[in-house]
Amino acid sequence: MSRTDTGAPERATGNAPTDPDRPRRGLTERLLAVRELSLLIALGLLVLVTTVRNDRFLSGQSVKDLLLGCAILVILAVGQTLVIVTRNVDLSVGSILGLVAFATGSLFLSAPGTPWPLALVLGVALGALCGVVNGGLIAVARVPALVITLGTLYAFRGVDYYWASGRQINAADMPPSFLRLGNQTVLGVPVLFLVALVVVAAVGFYLRSYRSGRELYAIGSEPAAARLSGIPVGRRVFAVFVANGALAGLAGVLYAARFGTLDAAAGTGLELQVVAAAVVGGVAIFGGSGSAYGAALGAVLLTTIGSSLAVLRIDPFWQQAVVGALILAAIGLDRLLALRVAARLRGRSAHGA
Amino acid sequence: MTADAPGTDGAPLLVLDGVTKSFGAVAALRGVHLALHPGEAHALVGENGAGKSTLVKILAGAHPPDSGEMTLDGQPLRLRGPADARAAGIAVIYQEPTLFPDLSVAENIFMGRQPLRGLRRIDSAAMNRDAERLFQRLGVRIDPARPARGLSIADQQLVEIAKAISFDARVLVMDEPTAALSGVEVERLFAVARSLCERGAAVLFISHRFDEVFDLCHRVTVLRDGAWVSSDPAADLPIDEVVRRMVGRDVSSLYPKQAAELRDTLLEVRGLTRAGVFTDVSFSVRGGEIVALAGLVGAGRSEVARAVFGVDRYDAGEVLVAGRAVPAGRPGRAIAAGMALVPEDRRQQGLVMELSVERNATLARRRALSRLGLLLGGAERAEARNWTRRLQVKAARLGAPVATLSGGNQQKVVLAKWLATEPRILIIDEPTRGIDVGTKAEVHRLLSELAGEGLAILMISSELPEVLGMADRVLVMHEGRLVRELSRAEADETSIMYAATGQGVTA
Repeated sequence: MSRTDTGAPERATGNAPTDPDRPRRGLTERLLAVRELSLLIALGLLVLVTTVRNDRFLSGQSVKDLLLGCAILVILAVGQTLVIVTRNVDLSVGSILGLVAFATGSLFLSAPGTPWPLALVLGVALGALCGVVNGGLIAVARVPALVITLGTLYAFRGVDYYWASGRQINAADMPPSFLRLGNQTVLGVPVLFLVALVVVAAVGFYLRSYRSGRELYAIGSEPAAARLSGIPVGRRVFAVFVANGALAGLAGVLYAARFGTLDAAAGTGLELQVVAAAVVGGVAIFGGSGSAYGAALGAVLLTTIGSSLAVLRIDPFWQQAVVGALILAAIGLDRLLALRVAARLRGRSAHGA
Repeated sequence: MTADAPGTDGAPLLVLDGVTKSFGAVAALRGVHLALHPGEAHALVGENGAGKSTLVKILAGAHPPDSGEMTLDGQPLRLRGPADARAAGIAVIYQEPTLFPDLSVAENIFMGRQPLRGLRRIDSAAMNRDAERLFQRLGVRIDPARPARGLSIADQQLVEIAKAISFDARVLVMDEPTAALSGVEVERLFAVARSLCERGAAVLFISHRFDEVFDLCHRVTVLRDGAWVSSDPAADLPIDEVVRRMVGRDVSSLYPKQAAELRDTLLEVRGLTRAGVFTDVSFSVRGGEIVALAGLVGAGRSEVARAVFGVDRYDAGEVLVAGRAVPAGRPGRAIAAGMALVPEDRRQQGLVMELSVERNATLARRRALSRLGLLLGGAERAEARNWTRRLQVKAARLGAPVATLSGGNQQKVVLAKWLATEPRILIIDEPTRGIDVGTKAEVHRLLSELAGEGLAILMISSELPEVLGMADRVLVMHEGRLVRELSRAEADETSIMYAATGQGVTA
């Protein structure tokens, strides 16, 4: 958000709308800001309503649980944003998380003395390796990512089941220093959530401020034009899948640290929640727009809905319905914003004669 | 006025020698020569399909040539991709703008070359300022921070131009950049091109507008059917001669239409207008007649056809079939009235590539073939067999997906689909584009037969020999208007080309 003003008071915008203090930020960025603001408002309303009904919802422990609960989904949603922005999708993240979580547990089981930072690095590396498989298959087979990652969703999970062969790993098998990672707080904020914040900030900053980050948007916005402007489309898409795999690996290690009890089914079905969080957060499913911040807010919102419905003692059945309604509302809002922007731009582009 | 040609005796900047490119069996370029000198504006002219756009793609690094040499400054030039072409200082403005709708205008201009500040971050403020400066140089007002989505075609083209000049390119290639620009904007573009020339760059300018060609360019290269015809100083070349070189070729290889008895007027179009696309288009087609709609790509021919059929809306005018008005924007009603449209883009608009031949052939007739709302295989198959046999579709079996057929046979399936609706009026857009000579002749024979049976046929074609061989009357469009109507006797390649390029037409 460190965007400096160009300082030119009179910008050539033709017949700009009657908006005296027209923000100097670009329309694209303002649109994103509107999108993120609406998520924050929705989140605020939700917390407000829930707190009014039950004041313990904003108690320290409850907030801590909430932050802890959303951290993993936030990391996955941010990774998914990288992929979706390029007009692809990665459905295998739930399976990667499960595989890495189980691998981490097994590592501590077979080599109890392993320092946890090493386990973290190995987990991220295994996730990245899964990403290499995804990215490589997509590059070689030239088949849509949806199909490839649907395949690897089952393949990675299959490997996980084969490896676990019915075993379960318990918290007792893991070193306490590692498990502390999952529960410790710094100034009341869970470490897990801080890790998620760092990921959001890093990816958000990268997507916004680096050439290769902007190229990801270009690829998703118009793949043919991206090729013609010399963007190495194949390489970028491959890298994006590797990065997303690495983030799913990170999420897997954190999952192991948080829950302690691991079997082969960890993270099953998580991929749809992740895509839902990104879409609710304003990441356009056909690529080209959306931000890591939005996706993270989407993940927080979905998690908060889950716990607030529990606090309000609403049938869990409704939770699914509410998430569904939220996705539809998010899409509706995007459409509405797009139409309004289009109308405004039409008014403006009438320059000259 | 033609500027004084800079010395062409000096060393050329960019040379293409014997460049050849084929797509499958179709040879798009056959041994093309081209030499661009520093400070020279060079025009490339030719009919539709003469290979101009392929040449542009090769210069842009988007297609590798099959054979031939390219040199830049005497050094061999090998382009493995668009990035290489950029690095070599070749900037291309494509016919169709290639922008990223979700990104800002400034980002579109500087994609991959954004100005940076500390930590290799993008300096958006500097980027917007630079974009602003480029627009000032072009004398246009576009907000660099707005998204590219929603820009008019002319503005998109201006962004493309800004992108190209931001390179400080040594070679600027412009593929029909002026089609969507107003007179003032064209003048500014030319001023920029001239200033680039003065700095020693070379400009390759592709256009169908001869007044612009002769206004800007020092030399003119003519391409025909993918082959090099000539390169001459513009000052020594009358327009007549350019047209003659563009079209001069043998027409004997085509199947001529059999004379058919003309019946009543079946299709009548009155004052059809769609703002910014076509204006006041009126014509009629009689039963047994083939009327060709000729013109350059982008003249609005396909758009008129789509509007007549009701796929696209129109702002004014009316369409009558056998004297009765057909409502606008209702293709279903047009089909019921006996109209059929065989579109230009088979893959996207005419066929469902994954479905079988028989399904595709009967797609437009589902309702008539269904019993109680169900499509039973027998009726579909019988119908498909009937038409595919008549059109001699070569498919392994009728159940094979259409995607497995050759282009010519795909075209026949599209025809079968529409002929199965037993139309009275057939609108056919580029009936033989991209199909081999043998199938071409078959399609021509078939169209002639259909006209003989009393169908009214409106044929859009960019291939002059086809127009001349098949049409009873030729309507020529230029920039959205019907500018000439030529009888079979009057129509020849020169008269059509003249009208299509806007010569002898008062605007």
